[in-house]
Amino acid sequence: MGEDAVLADKMSRGELHKPKTSFQKYQEEETLKSSQLDQQQQQGYFTRPAKNYPDHIPLYNFEKLLLIFGSSVGAFLDPSRNEFIVGLGESTALPWFLNNLRRQMLSDAVGRQILKDRPHMTSTSLNLEELRNKYPKNSIGHAYIMWLDREGVSPDTREKVRYIDDEELAFIFRRYRECHDFYHTITGLPIVREGEIALKCFEFLNLGIPMAGLGALFAPWNTSAKQRSRLFNIYYPWAFKNGLHCKPLINVYWEKILDRDIDEFRKEINLEKPPDLRELRKQQKLKHKK
Amino acid sequence: MNMSSVLNKSIIRTLPCQSMLGCRLLSTSFPVYQQQGQHESVDNAGKTTHFGFRTVAEEEKEKLVRGVFSSVASKYDIMNDVMSMGVHRLWKHHLINKLNCGMRPNSNRPLEFLDVAGGTGDIAFGLLDHAYHKFGDNLSKMTVADINPDMLAEGRKRCSSLTSYGNSGRIQFIEQNGEKLDAIESNSKDVYTIAFGIRNFTDIQAGLNTAYRVLKPGGIFACLEFSQVENSALDYIYQAYSFSLLPLMGQLIANDRDSYQYLVESIRRFPKQDVFADMVRKAGFYVPGKGYENLTFGVAAIHIGVKL
Repeated sequence: MGEDAVLADKMSRGELHKPKTSFQKYQEEETLKSSQLDQQQQQGYFTRPAKNYPDHIPLYNFEKLLLIFGSSVGAFLDPSRNEFIVGLGESTALPWFLNNLRRQMLSDAVGRQILKDRPHMTSTSLNLEELRNKYPKNSIGHAYIMWLDREGVSPDTREKVRYIDDEELAFIFRRYRECHDFYHTITGLPIVREGEIALKCFEFLNLGIPMAGLGALFAPWNTSAKQRSRLFNIYYPWAFKNGLHCKPLINVYWEKILDRDIDEFRKEINLEKPPDLRELRKQQKLKHKK
Repeated sequence: MNMSSVLNKSIIRTLPCQSMLGCRLLSTSFPVYQQQGQHESVDNAGKTTHFGFRTVAEEEKEKLVRGVFSSVASKYDIMNDVMSMGVHRLWKHHLINKLNCGMRPNSNRPLEFLDVAGGTGDIAFGLLDHAYHKFGDNLSKMTVADINPDMLAEGRKRCSSLTSYGNSGRIQFIEQNGEKLDAIESNSKDVYTIAFGIRNFTDIQAGLNTAYRVLKPGGIFACLEFSQVENSALDYIYQAYSFSLLPLMGQLIANDRDSYQYLVESIRRFPKQDVFADMVRKAGFYVPGKGYENLTFGVAAIHIGVKL
């Protein structure tokens, strides 16, 4: 026991173990210095506020303005590139517009249920295989999967919402993005530029999303004259007539009504189907050939 | 690592790379953002290192870096021009002129150049051009090594379409990890250059030690890398620019915010000029003077070492 005490004393005086070589001391100093440096370097001058949800990137106001400017130029010149639409959509979705949507959702029972459940649409949650085989021919689910196949898209290719600051408003915007394909389904509009513009006009009138309004206002000027005349003579009047009077589509719980008959559903929400755009374009091409 | 090319293809699909064809989901396999100031664990079972401001396992970092450069490869040169407003060309020219390499007219032994992490080849072509125009040297050989096959593919494309070295056999592009350089013999190179590559190494000191190994006695090591700006006022402006405008430009021009966010964070993480000069000394090089030259107030710095 005395031996242990002696050894313990030696250890506390640093005489027991081999003394550190100068290189070992240098290494320890270096790791200490580098960890201190890490702390210091990490803080830096430019810090962002805390995130409200995992994918959140809190932007400062000047960055939002730059994003609006950059995305709008890009989206006007090349609307097929998704990143501009995404950037413009999120940066222009100011809290005022999304708060209106939230109020709309809260004042409806189904809307409240959606806000409570926070459903996330993916190919698994919608069970695409079942949709193809199980549901009746004229149901919403069947029409949806037919539309997906026809246009060659999938519910998994939606961008995450990153630039909207409030967490619940970010969910509402994500829900809007996910339901966009269903809006295509019940109106039958294809994903060609003209179809998207017509749908954007409808969405703006029904939901009030600013990006949809900007698209409806400016995008036609980058299309051909024939397309513009179709938009202004057929589809915009249709959008005005239906978007303002039909039930707010944000309050539709799509996942729960996949088996319902699509015509019946349209009658219920007071929506009439616009003329088939692909048909019109095909006829136009045939006439032109003659 | 022979699995590297197999891994690379799967990484492109799972890491946050945006397809040019249209909407593509930002994959959730990019780990959740860690709190700042978390200390690095040092137990052997899970050795970690930094990836920008995030802490990741050491084995992961190589894959993640490879993923970043695969996703930026095709727009690499455009983005460099936009981000640095063309100044990166001045930096690279300055490096090439400073090194002033080339087989002298009265010599009969061509030089062996090695450009590491030189994927798209701009330093490589610049060095050979300088050697030819200044000294009439059209015999020296160049090896471009890069860990990322997509960057090498870009380099090969540019070599055959934009330069006259395409068919000359003087430039070879090899896929190598800069920390090991397995395919390169020791004491075989006259000049080792690495421009804007060493900050992506998992173990920077290992990279420097390998550089020492492959150089011949008398060989020169030159590293051009982002560094810390010494003046606090300029540093403030520089950081505001890097952290706010660069990722935004990456998002709008290259559709890839996350890769550019990683790039600016990795710049912050890189050791200061004098610390890095000490690391070069530790690898065994003789470092003349203070060992570095600041460019643009310290935004970039050239570090030189000589193997004696």
